[in-house]
Amino acid sequence: MSLFTKAMSLATAAMAVTLMSSASFAEDGSGQQLYPLFTYRTGPYAPSFIPFGAGNIDYLRYINEVEGGVDGVKILVQECETAYTIERGIECYERYKNGYNGALTAAIYPHSSGLDVALTDKARIDKIPIVSPGGGQNIATDGRVFPYQYPLVFDYWSEAQIIVDYIAQQAGGYDKLKGLKIATLYHDSGYGRDTIEPLGILAKKYGFEDIQIPVPHPGEQQQTQWQQIRRANADWVFLRGWGVMTPVAIKTAARVGFPADRIIGDIWSGSEDDARPAGAAAKGYLAVSVFPPGTDYGILKTLKKDILDKGESDLKDNSKFGTVYYNYGVIEAITFVEALRTGHKKFGNRPLTAAEGQWALENLDIDQKRIAELGAEGLISPLKTSIDNHKGETIAAKIIQWNGQSWDTRTDWIKADASLFADVIKAKAAAYAKEKGIQPRVATN
Amino acid sequence: MSYFFETLVSGLFAGVMYSLVAIGFVLIYKASGVFNFAQGAMLLFSALTFVTLTEKGMPFALAFIVTSLVMVVIAILIEWLVLRPLRNRDPLTLFMATLGLSYVIEGFAQLLMGMDVHMLDLGIPDVAVQVGGIYVSQFDIIASLIALTLVATLAIAFNKTRMGISLRAVAADTLAAQSIGIRLPVIWRIVWSVAGIVALVAGLVWGSRQGVQYSLSLVTLKALPVLIIGGFSSIPGAIAGGLLVGATEALADIYVGPLVNGSVSTWFAYILAVGFLLIRPAGLFGDREIERV
Repeated sequence: MSLFTKAMSLATAAMAVTLMSSASFAEDGSGQQLYPLFTYRTGPYAPSFIPFGAGNIDYLRYINEVEGGVDGVKILVQECETAYTIERGIECYERYKNGYNGALTAAIYPHSSGLDVALTDKARIDKIPIVSPGGGQNIATDGRVFPYQYPLVFDYWSEAQIIVDYIAQQAGGYDKLKGLKIATLYHDSGYGRDTIEPLGILAKKYGFEDIQIPVPHPGEQQQTQWQQIRRANADWVFLRGWGVMTPVAIKTAARVGFPADRIIGDIWSGSEDDARPAGAAAKGYLAVSVFPPGTDYGILKTLKKDILDKGESDLKDNSKFGTVYYNYGVIEAITFVEALRTGHKKFGNRPLTAAEGQWALENLDIDQKRIAELGAEGLISPLKTSIDNHKGETIAAKIIQWNGQSWDTRTDWIKADASLFADVIKAKAAAYAKEKGIQPRVATN
Repeated sequence: MSYFFETLVSGLFAGVMYSLVAIGFVLIYKASGVFNFAQGAMLLFSALTFVTLTEKGMPFALAFIVTSLVMVVIAILIEWLVLRPLRNRDPLTLFMATLGLSYVIEGFAQLLMGMDVHMLDLGIPDVAVQVGGIYVSQFDIIASLIALTLVATLAIAFNKTRMGISLRAVAADTLAAQSIGIRLPVIWRIVWSVAGIVALVAGLVWGSRQGVQYSLSLVTLKALPVLIIGGFSSIPGAIAGGLLVGATEALADIYVGPLVNGSVSTWFAYILAVGFLLIRPAGLFGDREIERV
């Protein structure tokens, strides 16, 4: 036997042993609820996923290990790495859409707005609920046309409204908005362009000047854009950044003399990793927050005691505990667990199927009383969904401010007026239904 | 009109920043005819190493020296593990090897130093100063001086030193250079080391502006049109290409962008590069290859 043949035989044997062992040790999921955790621990966006994923996992670990599961049903977390790419995300979806080793799939959280869009048609055919808290498609609010999309918690149109509301508060009333100049510096992508239309509507309604300035991806050079802002004499800047665009914007603003406390970042421009790299220039910078940072919430204290202090956290660096992305992970996991509880009330305490998950997601009702029971007062705002409204009836956010080291909360929840854009969104959904030949469902609940 | 000049000047300064990245590519291309796809990963690795060392309390100068030494070690390893086994292979094979190398370096950086976003403060104030009625960033002025110093140093090294002349000989005709006793592996090690140190300088300048994070390696995307326009084998070409790209994309964003309701700077530089490929394929200062057929 030649050396090559020997090596090949050994390699084959090793591979066979590995495959056999992985098959025999694969966790039996029967009786458990699958939570396919779409990760991006690699690639340029990994810094945001690592604390986010830890928040997700820590909460589910707490539910499993301390509370004994959701109404006794354990959650089986299966990670699938997407590296934040759509093609790998679709592979993960295909792998877990029908469950895993006996554990049932009730819903999939794709953790990517792009993937959420890419899965729209597939999810409709497969009848799998796709849930994207804070990052879903606004048009999918209309659950009659989008039965399987759940853009829970937040959308950018409501964000535009909340920004204008905050500026009105600061100016001394909505009538004071007239004549103000609000520039939106946006990431030149579908995500960034999403606020052009609502801001146009709001500008007409309140009489402020709406200035829209695009920044090409990734946004590492913004001198010309900030010169435009300075030249226009903008009063406020709404910064709709992503990744490096945010710290570069804050630094460039300082360079042209635009004050940081007149820049309000979007929810994806409002993490510690967005402000800290900008150094001293970021002091005073404002941001919209749907996932408020901090550790002074009941559920965070519980997680610290039962998970973090016992060394069971997914965090490698405990300083990330209570950061914006960690808390986002916790909030998202809460929506999943509460959807399961809602489903259990109707279908019994057992793992839910995708059809049952869909029902549960559109009958969610996390009211103030339930928020208090969860120990999440101040961390989340009430969330009530229906067939008509897959996002939630009340959309709210806080404004936070960077003090040079961490975020301070500047306001309580600012609620968006859901009726303002409701007709526009419904009209868009109806046009989509017509284009795709979809017969909208009739709301019965 | 002052707005036009202000835009033009800020574009030119941005162009110098692009040139800093492009120089690293030029060095390796000159020595081996290879487009080093891993230059962005080297830039990320060096900046991440530097910032990790300074965060652990190492003084700036010492961290710079230690990181430079790390880049030299990486260059030696690359020559030994990647380039030497692929000697005399097709340039496309070497290009593919550098593509793989970029993933290895990025993965290694992530494994060793994590994925956190780091703030990097070089102590250079990033404030605007008024020069002739135009606001100019103090940081940009200093970054440009750094780039000019780097170019001058490299020009002297290539034209006046024995190593530089050897490098030019290898670039002109590899086989002939080897036949007169120039050792190719040594040249490669030196060139990759210098490219690593250039990557460190570029990484520090860019990292100081946007934070040291994984996406830092994406700044190399800006270097490609710069190289096509300036020429792959010319350091002055990298500077000229950078200035041209920086100025045109800034002006295009202001004057063309509103016509198409969007930002045009990303693709405008590539349009310009395609134009050069059609009219002057070797770029402004690149070597025009003449092949006997």
